[in-house]
Order: sequence, then structure tokens, then C-alpha cells
Amino acid sequence: MSLTDAGAPERAAGDTPTDPGRQRRTLTERLLAVRELSLLVALGLLVLVTTLRNDRFLSGQSIKDLLLGCAILVILAVGQTLVIVTRNVDLSVGSILGLVAFATGSLFLWAPGTPWPVALVVGVALGALGGAVNGGLIAVARVPALVITLGTLYAFRGVDYYWASGRQINAADMPASFLRLGNQTVLGVPVLFLVALVVVAAVGFYLRSYRSGRELYAIGSEPAAARLSGIPVGRRVFAVFVASGALAGLAGVLYAARFGTLDAAAGTGLELQVVAAAVVGGVAIFGGSGSAYGAALGAVLLTTIGSSLAVLRIDPFWQQAVVGALILAAIGLDRLLALRVAARLRGRSAHGA
Amino acid sequence: MAHDSLYAAPPTAEAEPGAGRLASLRGLFGSWDAVIVAALVVAVLVASLTVENFASGRNAQFLLLDLMPLALIALPMTLIVITGEIDLSVASMVGLCSTLMGQLWLSSGLSLELICVLVVLLGAVLGAVNGLFVTGFGLPSLAVTIGTLALYRGLSFVVLGDQAVADFPADWTAAAVRNIPGTSIPVVVVPLLLLAVIFGVVLHATAAGRALYAMGNNDQAATFTGVSVARTKFWLFVVSGAVCGLVGIFWTLRYASARGDNATGLELTVVTAVLLGGVSIFGGRGALLGVLAGVLLLGVLRNALQLADVDANALTIVTGSLLIASVVLPNAVADIRARLHRRRQRHPVAS
Repeated sequence: MSLTDAGAPERAAGDTPTDPGRQRRTLTERLLAVRELSLLVALGLLVLVTTLRNDRFLSGQSIKDLLLGCAILVILAVGQTLVIVTRNVDLSVGSILGLVAFATGSLFLWAPGTPWPVALVVGVALGALGGAVNGGLIAVARVPALVITLGTLYAFRGVDYYWASGRQINAADMPASFLRLGNQTVLGVPVLFLVALVVVAAVGFYLRSYRSGRELYAIGSEPAAARLSGIPVGRRVFAVFVASGALAGLAGVLYAARFGTLDAAAGTGLELQVVAAAVVGGVAIFGGSGSAYGAALGAVLLTTIGSSLAVLRIDPFWQQAVVGALILAAIGLDRLLALRVAARLRGRSAHGA
Repeated sequence: MAHDSLYAAPPTAEAEPGAGRLASLRGLFGSWDAVIVAALVVAVLVASLTVENFASGRNAQFLLLDLMPLALIALPMTLIVITGEIDLSVASMVGLCSTLMGQLWLSSGLSLELICVLVVLLGAVLGAVNGLFVTGFGLPSLAVTIGTLALYRGLSFVVLGDQAVADFPADWTAAAVRNIPGTSIPVVVVPLLLLAVIFGVVLHATAAGRALYAMGNNDQAATFTGVSVARTKFWLFVVSGAVCGLVGIFWTLRYASARGDNATGLELTVVTAVLLGGVSIFGGRGALLGVLAGVLLLGVLRNALQLADVDANALTIVTGSLLIASVVLPNAVADIRARLHRRRQRHPVAS
């Protein structure tokens, strides 16, 4: 199967059981490092070229805008990483974000005095509930997450529209303390970006260092083998969807705080951007490989492309085309690396090393 | 093996194998066509009896015109999903073909006939790019077509920006919505039916069609039995692109407007209709009749709810719930059957 796979390095390495474990690990590690490094290099080059053309690109205000702009996408991409690593996908995140954002606004309309931490908790809980619906349906229906979350993409958005029924919630309806959260900075860094950083660090650490985190990779690499080795696959996949929903809920609350104006269309079409960020960040779409850091870098890169195109005075219409080309380049690069690793490992085992 | 070709079944799928359940599941999927056709008949009957103006000729015309793009794209999409792949770039290909048609009409001075031929060829080229990435480089079609979804949509904005080209000759735009004389059936339904028959015959009555199912069930086994998997999949993507070219022309003429955002988001509706029609996302299972019934069911429900003045947004819920129900129900029914079956075996006297 590895020939038709997305080319997860771990699995390519696993094809040659004679290979010493230690070497395999360092190779994999080196590859993952290369992946995040190449993203950083691409990001650096992009910033450098843009700054050379217009030095205001690196001004404090512009960096602040950039960090603010990518925070929500970063959080969603990290949640998506958890799901994609298990060889699933969550297409409903944009709809959950929209629903939670509107719910947050409505909460303030209904109970104007609500302190913002309460709104945050309610939003995250509502998102987690949406994720639990996804996870539960997937367990009941025993069909791929792609199908179920495509359905809930419509269903959640429909509930959102039905509820909003053309109304709009404005900044004036929300408390100033909450709205400040969306634009405030600590030592020049937007609070939103700090929240995103915490999420990236927490999920990254979990995936790397916790047993249940490692098990997610095992599930994505080979679900049947993971089940045979005693991993509670069903429970893990359910938990992953709840987590993805909760992070989409968090993103929804932050969306409300940042933009202040809410209607039922908030976050429409975001799902493909989120998947794109993860894919560009090296999360193999067929599971088993990728990191939260990579996905976050992917999200930052996509956002940065947008603003540097504007600075370079390139027609903004090119942005989406560039993003598409970048996705193709990223998955092509993954494939190339996987093939080279596989070839190298084959060569080594053939020589009996 | 087939499960590796797209998103794997969630764990519980293989956790309790139970031959009885698998058999009843297969039986149910086999009759899914019948279920969905029956649902369509019921929906049409109920809508005709309860919704004012639903059973009018004018409404039938609008219903069919609205469904044209969906139905056309669903044809190649059915074949692609049966082989275990997916094409998410279809709506973007429609958009790009539409804007290029507009741009060529605006500035090339070519005749509209020639432009239409060029647009279909262009669609085929766009599809070939997808096919090349998927089969030539061995990349997952889901990732490739998410990439080209963004790329082609971006390019369609590059071609026309936020402008629209609208000055197409009136006889052409009128032809796109004209009825067959004496009926309220649009003329464009004829080529749709023709294509549907061609796709149906290829899928269900030829060796090539059986090979598609074989590919969806097991790529490698299909290869060993002499099917050239890569070449077949490549051409399926090309055909998908060419059909999107046709839809691009129809869309442009029907709305008399070539715009970069034409058909945005249509890809998810097409996938919904195909899955609703009983095609398995794992590949290897499904029939064209079910898909066409699924397309019509989706259209009839949305149209009837619209006429009944149900909040337009409820339609979104209906679409999503239909999709979820269509995949949850068969398994739930199979579960209940299996449970009853086991009980009968345990207490043979009671039955």
C-alpha cells in the first residue's frame, strides 16, 4: 500500500523490518525536522523578499496584524491535525466556528453582564458538543468521517442560519472587556496569538510525549494493527473529534471577540483552508504522520502569503491560486521525500547492514 | 484493502465482523437504489399534493434547470468515487471554464461555437492535470483536488477579477433555458439524458465498468487481473474536467454571466448527492440510477420547501440531515436485523 499512500515517512520506514530501530527513528526525526525547517525557510524567504520590496512589511503594526490574522486559522489547523493524524478529517469546523461565534454574541444579548471567561467556557463546551455529535455519528454509522462531517457541515450551518434568521449581532451588543480580548496586546503581541501559541504548544507536546498521543499516530498508520495491539481506537477517535470541536468552539469565541460583527455566515468555507494549512504543514492526509507545529506553520504561511501579496501589489486575486500551487508543491515534496527514504532503506537492507 | 484507498472505516466497522450482519448490510446496499427511488416517488407525490404550484410546468422547468449542473457533474463523480478516488475541484473547474469563456468572448473575436469547443477542451486539460498528479505522481486525490480547488478558483479570479462578462448573444442565452416545444421540459435535459445513458452503459454493461468496481474494492488485485488502474483513473479525471467544461458553458449562458465565483461550493453538493445515491465513499459500490434519484430527491425536497415558504435556511439543514440519515440508517437497520436474527437463533421456538 505504501506506493499509493500519502507517503508517511514512518510507514515507509516500517516497510523494512530488518532496519535497526534506532536508525529508523533518527531518520524519521531528521525528516520531520527537515519538514518544519523547510516551512520556516519558505516563510523566512517570503518575509525577506517582501521586506526588500517594502520595508514597512516588518513594521510593528504590520507584524501585529499578521499575528492577529493567523491566530484563528492556527487554532483550527492544530485541531484538524489531531483528526487527520488518525486518518480522519473534520470538515465541520467552519460551521462549528460560525455557530459558536453566533452563540457567544447571543449569550451577551441575553445576559449582558456575562463575564468573558464564562462566555469562553460556554463556547468551548458548545464546540465540544458539536464534536461529540460528529464522533457519535461516526461511531454509529461506521462510515468515514468525511461523509459524516460533510453532513454536519450543512446541519450545523443550517442551525446557525435558522437561529440567526437574518439577524446580525454588532460590537455594541458585546461588553467592552470581551471585545478588548480580541485586539489587546501583551508586550506588543496580540492576546489571540498568545492563545494560539498555548494551543499549539499543548497539542504539540501531547502528540509527542503522551502515550495516548502516540497512539493516535498508530491508529492513523494502520487502524487494524492498532486495534490488535490493544489501543482503544473507537474511544481515541471519538475524543479526537471532541477535541477538534472544542478547538473550533474556542476559535468561534475568539472570532466573536475579534470581529464584533456576527451573522450566520461567519467562517463559511473555512474548512478547506484549515485542511490546506495542515496539508501544507506536512500533515499527511492519509494519517499517521505530521505535527501540530507543522500545521501551525502552514497556517502562518498561508496567512503571510495573503498579506505579502498585498504589500507586493500583486493582484490579490492571485492569492488563492498561489495557495493551491503551494498545496500541490507540499504534497509533491512529501511524496518525493518518502520515496527517497524508502529507496535508501531498501538499498541498506539489501546490503545486509 | 479498499478501506485504505480513502478514509478508513472507523474502528467499530471491523470490530464485530458477524457474517450475518455483513450479508444483510450488503443486501441493503444492493437495494439502496430501490429505497432512494421510492423516497423520490413519495417526495414528489407528497409535494404535488401538499405544496401549491409544485406540480406546475413552470416549476418543473426551473427545478430541472437548477439541477442540471449537479446532475451532469454527478455522472463522472460517481465513476470516480466508485474507483475509490474523489474530485473536489469540480466547482472550481466550472468557474474557470466560465471565466475563460467570458474572456474569450470579450477579447478573442472567435465565434461562440469555437469558444465552446475550446472551453470543453480546456476543462479536459484541467482534469488531466488532476489525473497526472493523482496517477503519475501517486498522490492522494483528496489532497490533490483540494489543491486544484484553490488553484483553479484562484486562476478564475485572475482571468476576470471581480468583473463579469454578460453580453452573450440573446439567442444563445435563451437556448440554455428553452423548453422542448409543447412541454415544460428544458431542451438541455436531452444531452443530460444522453450522457447519463452513456455513463450508465459504460459503468454497468461493459468490462471497463466492472473494472472500476474492481479498482475500488482492491487496487492491487485489479492490477493483477490486467486492469491498467492508473490509465483508467487518469481518463476519469479528464472526463470529469470535460464535463465541468460543459457545465461551465451552461452556467454562463443560463445566468448570462461569466464570473469568477460561478458555482462556488458546488463540489460539496455533488459529493452529497453521489453519497446520498448510495455510492460508497470507500469505493467499489454504487449505481448510477441511485445517484440520479439522489440528485432528483435533493432537488425536489429543496424546491418543495422553497415553494412552501419554509425558511430558505432550513434547506441547508435538510441537505445535511439527508446525507447523515442516508449513511446512518442502513447501518442502524442492519444492526436491528442482526439483533433480531441472533435472538431468533437463540430462541428458535419463540419465532
